[in-house]
Amino acid sequence: MTISVRQKEGFTILDAKGKITIGAGDVVLREAIQGALDAGAMKVLVNLGGVSTIDSSGIGELVSAYTSASNRGAKLALVQLPPKVQDILQITQLVTVFDVYEDEEEAMSAMA
Amino acid sequence: MAIPPPEIHLAIKSSFTNIELVQIVIEEALKQLDLGQDEAHWVGIAVREAVANAVKHGNKLDPDKQVEIDFGVEDDCVVIRVVDEGEGFDVEEIEDPLAPENMLKPSGRGIFYMKRFMDRIDYSFRPDGGTVVTLRKSLNSSSQGSEEKEEKQK
Repeated sequence: MTISVRQKEGFTILDAKGKITIGAGDVVLREAIQGALDAGAMKVLVNLGGVSTIDSSGIGELVSAYTSASNRGAKLALVQLPPKVQDILQITQLVTVFDVYEDEEEAMSAMA
Repeated sequence: MAIPPPEIHLAIKSSFTNIELVQIVIEEALKQLDLGQDEAHWVGIAVREAVANAVKHGNKLDPDKQVEIDFGVEDDCVVIRVVDEGEGFDVEEIEDPLAPENMLKPSGRGIFYMKRFMDRIDYSFRPDGGTVVTLRKSLNSSSQGSEEKEEKQK
């Protein structure tokens, strides 16, 4: 699991690749999002397009990230959800919690 | 001559790294069965959740404690048993992750996913310690959700 961070028009975009699962990817995701928020990011996009597998621990990290961002007054959205990630969020009704967009352009337009 | 379905027994130390190994083995075994690609993916996730619970909540990451996994086919069902050496838990205390007060909790979704991805989940608790979680998935249906049965053997 790797995450690369880039800046674009006031947004911090995290491109995640690989598995977001217990003990490995979940920690990487947590540290990357926390690092972005600590650096003052107010608009964060998590691009999940390269994620092959996510488990309940990974979902938990996304929820924690959403809460952390909200507590700081920052916005966090998910983009490019692969079908299986979409499914697993749907099952626990978390698609109603997160801001989810097809791609970063749509997210940036909506969150501008 | 028909190829017999795979029968597998694994025993792992209680570490997160080993969960990955179990999922790889189970997914390879599932490829030999008449289960769709998506179904196999979700069964793999359910097994991952069961083993993660055993490692984290059952054995509390104690490297001296093992998790055992048995994989086989019984009565046209994939049957996976995950056994830990922990103290067990009260099934009645499992919270509903869909309840509004739980929606933003970072944990508590693993068993919910297991129940959704398998046809049936059974729990039993050994008198001398250890939880046995049995996951079943029919090879003849693509139904989701599970009946849940708790067999407390205290």
